Amino acid sequence: MQRRLFVRRLLSVMAISFGSLAVKLRAAAERAGIAEKRFGMGIQVDKCIGCGRCVEACKEENAVPLDPFYFRTWVERYIIRADGEVAVTNIDERITAARDAALEREVMRSFFVPKLCNQCDHPPCVQVCPVGATFSTPEGVVLVDDQRCIGCRYCIQACPYGARYLHPVKKTADKCTFCYHRTSKGMLPACVEVCPTQARIFGDLATTASPLTRFRRMNKLSVLKPHLNTEPKVLYSNLDGEVR
Amino acid sequence: MKDRVRKIPDPLLRILVVFVLLIGGFLVVRFLLPPSFKDRTQHVKLTIESEMALPARYAGSGPCAECHEEAKVKQTGYHRTLSCETCHGAAKAHVDNPTDVKPVAPRKREFCALCHHFDMSRPTGFPQINPVAHNPMKPCISCHNPHDPKPPTVPQECQACHAEIARTKSLSPHALLECTTCHTVPVEHKVTPRATRASIPSDREFCGKCHGKGSAEVGPPKVDLAAHGEKYLCWQCHYPHMPEVK
Repeated sequence: MQRRLFVRRLLSVMAISFGSLAVKLRAAAERAGIAEKRFGMGIQVDKCIGCGRCVEACKEENAVPLDPFYFRTWVERYIIRADGEVAVTNIDERITAARDAALEREVMRSFFVPKLCNQCDHPPCVQVCPVGATFSTPEGVVLVDDQRCIGCRYCIQACPYGARYLHPVKKTADKCTFCYHRTSKGMLPACVEVCPTQARIFGDLATTASPLTRFRRMNKLSVLKPHLNTEPKVLYSNLDGEVR
Repeated sequence: MKDRVRKIPDPLLRILVVFVLLIGGFLVVRFLLPPSFKDRTQHVKLTIESEMALPARYAGSGPCAECHEEAKVKQTGYHRTLSCETCHGAAKAHVDNPTDVKPVAPRKREFCALCHHFDMSRPTGFPQINPVAHNPMKPCISCHNPHDPKPPTVPQECQACHAEIARTKSLSPHALLECTTCHTVPVEHKVTPRATRASIPSDREFCGKCHGKGSAEVGPPKVDLAAHGEKYLCWQCHYPHMPEVK
């Protein structure tokens, strides 16, 4: 009798625990189902003409201060001289000045590189935030809560890509959100919308057929500073080795 | 009142203070702090919601064609990859209120210059002009329709097909040379371009006719063919449509 009681109790405990485990697993699977979108961006470096439309549109769309040192996205001009020296300028600083300076010595090659927050899968900025004001959304976009941010600038220091800045009015950290208010409703980010040569491609990394997936299939891709293992979701094609 | 407090034994009073602080702290955390302050998922959810609630200023390319014919014209021209808002600016306000809010319509030469003035960092073959030589001061729209931009005369001869080379050459020291200076083009090439090819120079002596030391031509830079460039052909270092030497 004792043994029977023991076996019965054991079986019932096992049944209950298995049941609850199954429920938990299903809930986890459902959560994963909601977050199946993973936003990413492709950048075709050899299509960028450095017109700065993206920078202007970003500032307009996201109310970024117009002064030339606050950017959510920006375009760098690389000039590699014959003697190997590399000059990098932001195209918002007078274009003509950069051109004249460059022509003093012979130019080997020159090109533009659009930059923005890489929306890393392992974001250093999120790790260092002392108050937990910045985090990754289920789509993999790194956001900042300006209600919680205390403006300590740790994240600005931690970002290896220089993608964050301290908003001069709000006094909180600010950065590219992949235009979350647009992309979460199926629209394109403002910079992608206005790019005249389609140098920027936005999409969901998890889909099987999209302009972004085609871009990833047809090009040799690289990311910025891969040795840091930040796993960026901004992918570059035809990126020159001198680009940092 | 003071007497009563005094009657309470000192150790009890001290422990009471601790209890009041503990209970007060509990009440503050429980009722005064907003839930998003305590719960991470709540905080993340609220931030995502407030981020999503931000207003969009760019409407996207969809709504324009409903009213504007130009959107259809644009689809077949060289500007087909441009969004309307690339030139006309953020226009969500115009879509919401078409009569009162009008988007910008840039008419100045400086605006087209943002993309089309020559800049050495731009990709090869992208249509660019030399602003000094190309009808200075004249607004671009007096010759080019921005919704269907074309050269004002239909391209003749070579550049109808070899537009990228023609554009590159137009910015180079060879700009004034005819294509036929270096290429002989059989008439059939224009009919069956792949079956009958235009000729291309095959030896160093060809370039030497202008660039060789003893050449009669005055302008072009001269080199000694015997000493310059070793075994290589000229175009293995100098792209003839955009020769790099100064």
